[in-house]
Amino acid sequence: MNKFLTYGLLLSILMVIAPHADHLPLWVSSICVGLLSWRGYLAYSGNPLPKRWLLTLVTIACIAGIVISFRTLFGREVGVTLLMLLAALKLMELRQARDAMVLIYLCCFIIITNFFYSQSIPTALYLFASLMVILTTWVHLQAQNMALKPRLRVAAVLLLQAVPLMLILFVLFPRVQGPLWGLPQDAYSSSGLDDKMSPGSLSRLSLSDAVAFRVTYNDKVPRRDQMYWRGPVLWEYDGRTWTAGRTLYSVTPEFTGLDQAIDYTVTLEPHNKTWLFALDVPDKLSIPATLTQDFQILRKEPVNARIRYAARSNLVYRANPRESERQIRRALQLPRQFNPRAQQLAAEWRAASGDDAAIVNTALQYFNRQNFIYTLEPPLLGLNGIDEFMFTTRQGFCEHYASAFVFLMRAANVPARVVTGYLGGEFNDFGNYYIVRQSDAHAWAEVWLAGRGWVRVDPTGAIAPERVQRGLSAALSDNAILPFMARNPPQWMLNLRMNWDALANQWNQWVLGYDSERQFAFLTRLGMESLTWQKIALNMMLGVGLAIGLFALFMLRHLIARQPDKVQAAWLKLCRKLEKSGLPRAPHEGAQNYAARVAAVRPELEGNLLDLAARYSALRYGGKTNEQQEQEFIRRATKFSAFPRKRESG
Amino acid sequence: MSQNLSNVIKQAEQIILGKPLQIRFALACLLARGHLLIEDLPGVGKTTLAHVLAHTLGLQFQRIQFTSDLLPADILGVSVYQRPSADSISGEFKFHPGPIFAQMILADEINRATPKAQSALLEAMEEQQVTIEGKTRPLPSPFFVIATQNPAHQIGTFPLPESQLDRFLMRIQMGYPDARAERGLLSGVDRREIIAQLHPQMESSELLAMQKRVREVFVSPVLLDYVQAILRHTRESARYTHGLSPRAGLALLSAARAWSFLDGRNAVIPEDVQAVLPGVASHRLQAIGEYSKHNSDVLVRDLIEAVAIP
Repeated sequence: MNKFLTYGLLLSILMVIAPHADHLPLWVSSICVGLLSWRGYLAYSGNPLPKRWLLTLVTIACIAGIVISFRTLFGREVGVTLLMLLAALKLMELRQARDAMVLIYLCCFIIITNFFYSQSIPTALYLFASLMVILTTWVHLQAQNMALKPRLRVAAVLLLQAVPLMLILFVLFPRVQGPLWGLPQDAYSSSGLDDKMSPGSLSRLSLSDAVAFRVTYNDKVPRRDQMYWRGPVLWEYDGRTWTAGRTLYSVTPEFTGLDQAIDYTVTLEPHNKTWLFALDVPDKLSIPATLTQDFQILRKEPVNARIRYAARSNLVYRANPRESERQIRRALQLPRQFNPRAQQLAAEWRAASGDDAAIVNTALQYFNRQNFIYTLEPPLLGLNGIDEFMFTTRQGFCEHYASAFVFLMRAANVPARVVTGYLGGEFNDFGNYYIVRQSDAHAWAEVWLAGRGWVRVDPTGAIAPERVQRGLSAALSDNAILPFMARNPPQWMLNLRMNWDALANQWNQWVLGYDSERQFAFLTRLGMESLTWQKIALNMMLGVGLAIGLFALFMLRHLIARQPDKVQAAWLKLCRKLEKSGLPRAPHEGAQNYAARVAAVRPELEGNLLDLAARYSALRYGGKTNEQQEQEFIRRATKFSAFPRKRESG
Repeated sequence: MSQNLSNVIKQAEQIILGKPLQIRFALACLLARGHLLIEDLPGVGKTTLAHVLAHTLGLQFQRIQFTSDLLPADILGVSVYQRPSADSISGEFKFHPGPIFAQMILADEINRATPKAQSALLEAMEEQQVTIEGKTRPLPSPFFVIATQNPAHQIGTFPLPESQLDRFLMRIQMGYPDARAERGLLSGVDRREIIAQLHPQMESSELLAMQKRVREVFVSPVLLDYVQAILRHTRESARYTHGLSPRAGLALLSAARAWSFLDGRNAVIPEDVQAVLPGVASHRLQAIGEYSKHNSDVLVRDLIEAVAIP
């Protein structure tokens, strides 16, 4: 096996397994690197390959390692590990071209496994480059004498030729609803809001740059202080943590006085939870989901793949003006044993005013006037957290304010609850949509006022109105610990980032999000009617056949265009006759040289053959074509026999 | 082929025993208006070949022995101050042409001289004229240079760089004579005496006419396909450091034309190309890796065998 071919294979394997190093155990990567370096050294030094028993031993050790570290032989991680190790081991018995071929196919397969973990644009580009390396190695295997540059060219041409086929297959391959085979749960990693909230949980989330979802508004765009994306609603408090409690599905909420309808489309990143996000209050949704009593939208299954849905919300509303007794009771529940000072303050407010709305205003004014500080790094709180926060530290993030506010309201006998979700978002000029990141996570409060229903109150707005009006970075004085994306980078970097996100959004929408629904819509727009998947599959096969046929036609055009040379055909026929008699002509052998060589072995042919060869040379390479001479040559060449009958004497 | 040309060949073969192929290569090179580089050990008949060709073809002959202290002026000539005399009242500079002003030059052991002296010769070969003290002087026609060179690994040599090797249409090797030829050489009369008695078989005007006819030898499109296939192969193959240049392609064609003319044909056939390829390609191709250990003849033979004849 050629040394450089081995290097090519080493590079191919290295490129396709390198991204896996990130998510497989360290020992797997180490063994792979070890095996590859060993093989590289063997190729470099020209030493013989290891003995079979040694390889068997290493293989058994690897499988034992897999069983010990994964405790199973099935599943995605194990499958990928096995493939990687076997590819590295196969290199050790690289003896024939067939072995190299197996490795090249294996590399192509390992490319696919990389998409289990990431489907982003950089991953796709990287794997495209890997494919180029694999193809170049493959060309090397087929044409060992070719230099590197022409090899690269052939590989590039092959890749380019595959592009039309790829497009046809991509557009027309019938899409199955849901994943083709059940991927295990660990296929989806995510971060996002939780159905409970304690001090620090949201500020931790605020440190993440990850995209939560993207929104495109159809025509009207709401004001920033209206962009409250409702997530989990939290009812129950144990003195430290807010939890959702039991969600009521059975009762449908009642909305009246609806106005300011707004239409938009959300592309939601997977977050492994069932809720969907919508502006308050949701009216219509394009996918099946349930609207709960506390206005959350829940799906049956967790969102573990990127989904898109269109929605309509009404920004002006009255929500549940007639609330059930039980819900009111839930909204007043309080652990009385904690935070006595806060309870006392609330009792004072209640004594001063009988009106719920007035108490809400008093509370907001209190937050506004008492030197509260909005910060991502509040001091830690003890057992009576709300008391400490209200009267001692006075530093907190949105969850502290929402929590304290709802606590005060309940203590003052005003029904209230905590709502978590996202606020605002970042406008992308280039794609004309909003990006909502995890750093936009927010918590606010809702109070129930008789006759008005549930009213949104954001205590954070009383302390740091910039958070509501302009976003997180505007509200925090010291933004050093903010995630990179939430800081204020230079304009060009901002543009670059927005461009990139717009591109990623297109990629998500059109490449990764190209599901059966989109496929049908796209094909209908192309003019195909009454689509069934059988029809699509048929079209796909026709398209692929057509593309391959066109390529074949293009490549064979030389053969089709060139007129077969009659003189040459006659000569080649003559050569075949001689070949059958055991004297084949080498492809590089000229007519006269060949005739001379044959004549040396078969003197009886000499006169005729040498003359014919000379005539052939003159006709094929000479300038003037003489029809008569051509005819004569063809006649004599056709008549030529490798075994001439001896003329009878006499 | 004219009678005179075959006489030339016959006469040369009588003196240079056992080397008909080398004689043909030299003649083809001359007819294709190229220059010849002979590379071999001292004493295998390089100089004799040049002498014989010059004498039988009736060309003015000059020999330049290249040494490490040779200067360009030794090759090209110098202007020397003349005192006032009867012819001219004031003194003047008179040009004394150097040995380059001849129809056939034998540049012996060219790789002994410094690159400066080498390039003086090589420029003259390329332009067929020399510029001395600002004045351009044409060289006689036909103009043919046979350079000899010792194998480069000998001590005290300045091997010609690739770009200058490219100026030579062909490079051939003499090789030792076979036993029979060597016996004839040892038992015969001194070669120098025979050469002194040689009669020219041709006039230089006749040679010029032949050179013109060589250029008119027909080359068919099919044959050009073949030449291009050879060039392409050298460029795409991993065996060579770099492929043959377009100039090498032109050289290959004109040499093949001359070879075809020597065979008495008026169209080039693939066999002509194959015949001249060792002379034309071997000094222009450089093998890499394990192939560089091979003899250059083996390289060219592999090249021929790798390209099918259309």
